[in-house]
Amino acid sequence: MSAEVRAEGGHGAVPVEGVATGTPTPTRASRRDWPLWEVFVRGRRGLAHTHVGSLHAPDATMALRNARDVYTRRQEGVSLWVVPAAAITASSPDERDPFFAPAADKAYRHPTFYEVPEGVQHL
Amino acid sequence: MSAPARVESSAPVDQPATGAGTTAATVQYLLRLGDDALVLAQRLGAQLTRAPQLEEDVALANIALDLLGQARPLLARAGELEGRGRDEDALAFLREERDFLNCQLVEQPDVDFAGTIARQLLFSCYQLPLLQALTTSADEVLAGVAGKGVKEVAYHRDHAVQWTLRLGDGTEESSRRMQAALDRLWPFAAELFESDDLVRSLAVRGVAVDPASVRPRWDADVDAVLAEAGLARPSSVRVATGGRRGLHTECFGYLLAEMQHLARSHPGATW
Repeated sequence: MSAEVRAEGGHGAVPVEGVATGTPTPTRASRRDWPLWEVFVRGRRGLAHTHVGSLHAPDATMALRNARDVYTRRQEGVSLWVVPAAAITASSPDERDPFFAPAADKAYRHPTFYEVPEGVQHL
Repeated sequence: MSAPARVESSAPVDQPATGAGTTAATVQYLLRLGDDALVLAQRLGAQLTRAPQLEEDVALANIALDLLGQARPLLARAGELEGRGRDEDALAFLREERDFLNCQLVEQPDVDFAGTIARQLLFSCYQLPLLQALTTSADEVLAGVAGKGVKEVAYHRDHAVQWTLRLGDGTEESSRRMQAALDRLWPFAAELFESDDLVRSLAVRGVAVDPASVRPRWDADVDAVLAEAGLARPSSVRVATGGRRGLHTECFGYLLAEMQHLARSHPGATW
């Protein structure tokens, strides 16, 4: 595998080389100096946090506040997580076949052989 | 735009048995509070696309819209009590500069991001305890706006505090700019706490809150933030005042021209 790839910006695996990452340089105040954070929102109690996007922020505290402003303006959430994008290790497109293709023909892994009783929701 | 503020107060609402003098005073008081929120909303809204980050654009715009949402019911209530048929739009867009009763702090222009944050810090540290006290106002609209605004302004203050800490305790440049912004805006802070006969008489009736009463809390809050951020409390003795009597700084005319020109050029225009 050639260049290292990570999940950045919510777009799946992208190259890291030559791209701004989470090491701020104090000399210049450009957008590239702020690390990228992935944002997860819990819609309501009982649901899992779901990835909604990413943003730039100077640190974790400000990332949470930015996430509140950017992603929960319309009452989308009751809880927020922010994770440094650089902390996420992502699968790469090169590994797609060995990772995911073998599952395609294994129908027995899907719960399709059960009769769902009437009235059962969220299945 | 937004739904009317919900009344969250258990304060007595059987207030309109008051005299015409009190009603006129209440109108003035509502205009003071409403104009503060309206003018600051206009300033912050103008920062959209000019903040250092896209995320900060959204943050400032959210704060601006919160403030606009506070201004609207306050101005509408003022127009209703005034009884001259002026609605919130007429009060916002058709009044002259001398009719605006906002404090001079909120009209001060945005020189840089540190200035925006400093203005926000000084104002929200004042507005939060004021609204907290106003949640029990005898005027039900005022109490409702305050009840809704407390949560909003708690966030405005937190946002300003977080940025003050980072700019004050950041780089040499950010610290220098933050201190300069505080020094520049400090003379306008004293006006926030000025009380006069009007506000004292309304405070006795349970409608208003004497702004002087929130000064100790403001001093403590601001001092704590400045100390943690490594910033010096400005020692300025110059005090700028007059906004509550309709006297404004030079920049305010330009703000009004921009804010009002569309409504005046196209009377009655709607989206």
